[in-house]
Amino acid sequence: QMSKQLDMFKTNLEEFASKHKQEIRKNPEFRVQFQDMCATIGVDPLASGKGFWSEMLGVGDFYYELGVQIIEVCLALKHRNGGLITLEELHQQVLKGRGKFAQDVSQDDLIRAIKKLKALGTGFGIIPVGGTYLIQSVPAELNMDHTVVLQLAEKNGYVTVSDIKASLKWETERARQVLEHLLKEGLAWLDLQAPGEAHYWLPALFTDLYAQEITAEEARAALP
Amino acid sequence: SAKIVVHLHPAPPNKEPGPFQSSKNSYIKLSFKEHGQIEFYRRLSEEMTQRRWENMPVSQALQTNRGPQPGRIRAVGIVGIERKLEEKRKETDKNISEAFEDLSKLMIKAKEMVELSKSIANKIKDKQGDITEDETIRFKSYLLSMGIANPVTRETCGSGTQYHMQLARQLAGILQAPLEERGGIMSLTEVYCLVNRARGMELLSPEDLVNACKMLEALQLPLRLRVFDSGVMVIELQSHKEEEMVASALETVSEKGSLTSEEFAKLVGMSVLLAKERLLLAEKMGHLCRDDSVEGLRFYPNLFMTQS
Repeated sequence: QMSKQLDMFKTNLEEFASKHKQEIRKNPEFRVQFQDMCATIGVDPLASGKGFWSEMLGVGDFYYELGVQIIEVCLALKHRNGGLITLEELHQQVLKGRGKFAQDVSQDDLIRAIKKLKALGTGFGIIPVGGTYLIQSVPAELNMDHTVVLQLAEKNGYVTVSDIKASLKWETERARQVLEHLLKEGLAWLDLQAPGEAHYWLPALFTDLYAQEITAEEARAALP
Repeated sequence: SAKIVVHLHPAPPNKEPGPFQSSKNSYIKLSFKEHGQIEFYRRLSEEMTQRRWENMPVSQALQTNRGPQPGRIRAVGIVGIERKLEEKRKETDKNISEAFEDLSKLMIKAKEMVELSKSIANKIKDKQGDITEDETIRFKSYLLSMGIANPVTRETCGSGTQYHMQLARQLAGILQAPLEERGGIMSLTEVYCLVNRARGMELLSPEDLVNACKMLEALQLPLRLRVFDSGVMVIELQSHKEEEMVASALETVSEKGSLTSEEFAKLVGMSVLLAKERLLLAEKMGHLCRDDSVEGLRFYPNLFMTQS
């Protein structure tokens, strides 16, 4: 009974694929529509590489390969940011790694790929901050307090105990505990030379303003 | 990277106001990080020879007392380009709306499949006897194909499909050597990357991998899936005894007095993630003590046990 319906559906999907497979490949907005509609009716096109969606529309390979690339980028930058990275930076790095001739990838694509990676049990997390997201790639324990402080730090790339007390109305001790945890997990760097009080910087939030990757040659050329 | 330097004449006295009144540089340097310089140079030279901009009708003289009001210079060339872009946009829109229509129709059919699977699942739940085991297995693979969550177990795919059993066997073959190279243990993330990089096409979804690994032990294959307390998932060779590795970890830590996960990982040649798990396991077994400070998590031999 179901197998007949299934075969029919498979044919419909094949027809759709022959006409619109390229559209899905090239158009990130269409991908979003597609994913949203699937979610609405209770279908997960990315659940398995063996699913019809993946086999006929090729959506699977696109997202699973993206997953691999995301893992590799996070691993490569972990020593610097402790396993926390903004979606923007991740996006930039993934695009760089994919090369000029690869298919374009949107931030929405990254989020969907990351959501799938959670199944691997490695602590991939998505933390909303400011208008964007921080992607966590190590199983560091981050509770609500930590997340809220990260969100506070997003504005300037750093945060101080006073900032926390003023904005969040916390006691000193609570603020210090959270900051110490972030330090311990390697997500924050302590700056004791900052004017006023200690600044806790979050490398994950360093923007081009604070940190630029330049080669030694460029550095030499920049000096008078 | 390639560079083109455009030297500028000094500004004429009747220069119109623009973004800058003057500049200390007398040239513009264009840097081409990813090629394109040859084509660009050709077109630039062409334009510099033709000087088409000197014949362009300027629509409005800029009014300096009105702040930054950029006057639109309507040029033939630009209008033509805009028209082409507009046409392309219209065509893309048409394609999209057709694709969207087709997509909506497809989704309606997909929704029917979801409803059908729910009713079948209910039948299976109620009348266990009527539906054969064979049919149940086939049903699960239908769910897999459609990407529908198993209405009973809530898992999308549900382990126990033929596909996952096959996959488990394949994995056992592929992973034997890499595991041996890495001391008998690998995180599931490493496995995911390794396997998919090797495949190149028809990649596994993370859920495919997890579901296949869940079957390793049941199928009596020489690997197994192990989940640590922290939630980290690894694949181990059956012959790998993590508890025995703990004993050697204790030796290493004792030799050095104390070690962090990073230091231990470097010494032993493991990933930091797995090194941490091993040290945590050693701690759980009572062999190591932790010193948790701002400087990080450091492990010491548990002298309370050995010297009390």
